[in-house]
Amino acid sequence: MQLDVRLPMGLLFLTLGVILTVYGFTSDPAIYAQHSLGENVNIRWGIVFFVFGAIVFFLAKKKKA
Amino acid sequence: MIPLFAEAAPLNAASGSSLFLKLASVDYIILAVYFAFVLGIGWVLRKYLKTSADFFESGRSLPAWVCALGFIGANLGAQEVIGMAASGAKYGISTSHFYWIGAIPAMVFVGIFMMPFYYGSKARSVPEYLKLRFDEKTRGLNAITFAIMTVFSSGISMHALASLLVAILDWNYNWCIVISSLIVLIYILTGGLTSAIYNEVLQFFLIVLGFLPLVLIGLKDVGGWHGLMSKLEPNMTHSWSYMGNTASNPMGVEWFSLVFGLGFVLSFGYWCTDFLVIQRAMAAKDMNSARCTPLIAAIPKMLFPALVILPGIIALGLIQRGGFTLPHAADGGPDFNMVVPALLSKYFPNGMLGIGLTALMASFMSGMAGNVTAFNTVWTYDLYQSYIKPNATDHHLVTVGRVTTVVGLIISAGCAYLAREFNNIMDMLQLVFGFVNAPLFAVFLLGMFWKRATGHGGFFGLLLGTVSAAIFHGLSIPAGALTGIKGGWIAPHWVFASSMAQNFWMAIAAFASCFILTAAISLATTPNRTDDQLRGLVYSLTEKPSTEGAAWYKRPAVLGSLVLLATLVLNIIFW
Repeated sequence: MQLDVRLPMGLLFLTLGVILTVYGFTSDPAIYAQHSLGENVNIRWGIVFFVFGAIVFFLAKKKKA
Repeated sequence: MIPLFAEAAPLNAASGSSLFLKLASVDYIILAVYFAFVLGIGWVLRKYLKTSADFFESGRSLPAWVCALGFIGANLGAQEVIGMAASGAKYGISTSHFYWIGAIPAMVFVGIFMMPFYYGSKARSVPEYLKLRFDEKTRGLNAITFAIMTVFSSGISMHALASLLVAILDWNYNWCIVISSLIVLIYILTGGLTSAIYNEVLQFFLIVLGFLPLVLIGLKDVGGWHGLMSKLEPNMTHSWSYMGNTASNPMGVEWFSLVFGLGFVLSFGYWCTDFLVIQRAMAAKDMNSARCTPLIAAIPKMLFPALVILPGIIALGLIQRGGFTLPHAADGGPDFNMVVPALLSKYFPNGMLGIGLTALMASFMSGMAGNVTAFNTVWTYDLYQSYIKPNATDHHLVTVGRVTTVVGLIISAGCAYLAREFNNIMDMLQLVFGFVNAPLFAVFLLGMFWKRATGHGGFFGLLLGTVSAAIFHGLSIPAGALTGIKGGWIAPHWVFASSMAQNFWMAIAAFASCFILTAAISLATTPNRTDDQLRGLVYSLTEKPSTEGAAWYKRPAVLGSLVLLATLVLNIIFW
């Protein structure tokens, strides 16, 4: 049985999601006004990355079980 | 790399640009995390790697969706992300023809009709199929040209990445080359093709999730698609309405050469015969998965214009609105290769900026890795095992594959420096690749669907088809161009509205002459394969693969029809 690609993929997106979200909460809000039309894209997409990573990771685990 | 993208290729991305991205520590952390995963995958996979089949063919064990994303990821290299955005800014939504006409129909065709022969025959590579079907010399010709083209393509990819990073981050060119080759080297050495494919899957999702926010924010900023339509000339936001004649659209092409030159000859020539992509499908665990690979890949492929072309059109809308500029290219006009970096810099704060940059680097590296894995397989199986050491042990072949990976990357790096020093050499090579690719599909088509095609027919048809492409190029020229690398070096006999039009017509001419010559030479020579030898290699002598018992969405014919229908709908929406 080979390594299921969803395992590293899930972990990668979970990690990136956490980094983005944490940075989104701690960074200076001014950078969002300057760049992304005032939206805190780091929090928003950090959550998307996290949820995507969690789903993929869960699918890999479920198949293994 | 698709040769027909040559025009949009960022050979010297952003020379002398003044656009800089300012990275923060969070961006470096994101980049480091990604590289750790890339290398980690290779490391974990190393223990599954035992035989040459594991190293070169992933042991034919992967599920269809993984192969499909690898299939699309290997193709989603430097040329695509940077070049398609540049074309979007130059030609507008018409660039989507490279997808909806120039990719999807061929991907459906290869999955439904051709994969049974590639996967079903005992061939381990596309050149090896040519050997079984035609003869040794046809294989040799294809293997040698393919091997040369892949190392050079990977070198061009490396050069594009390094010069882009130099321009936007002020990094050191040499370090960019060394580090990107080392990372690719390590994960291929440890995990072989599986490692390359897994990383292509990761990279696919990174690109989608990394560029989607960019497109969404940009689109919101310009007032949506309708806001864009109101800002731009109508021929930039309609894909077919202005294809009636060459003067009315920015590409300078008309529908006939578009449909036949791009949609039939060039597109089928790439998607149905290029081992770089076919190798991904051949790694699938069974026949049905192999056939579904290009069909599943076609689903994201048809939606990609939104990710890679739309940024170019958005940039154009922003320029029209004012307050947004692109760095200047050498000729004084805006440097469209800088569309993606400029948008990243405008819309992404630190954090997302790291993601965008990671996605960009991932796309360059997987393009490189795709070329390198295809190169080491063709070299080891089709050249080394066939001509140098026919009775090599399996263990020996894996060693050769590993050494070839190292050598291939060193040659690629050499090509990168060559491209940096002599831009013309690269233009010339891409031109020659175009000559080689143009007639290719004619030989495969006749080989697979006409059992009378012979070895001599295939070989000389291919050779003379390439020669006729070169002659066509020597006799034609885009309007206003100087004779030489653009064409007309024999005599500028036919003048085309654009080099794209010249390219499409050259493909049509090369295909037609290769088709006629292969057929004529085959009829004039005696068949060199018996019906028995051709079983599994030619349509009329091969049992149709059964899809009995497969769920409807796993049946190639159903999947293929749905993909074509959806593509038709997209064409109508953006007509």
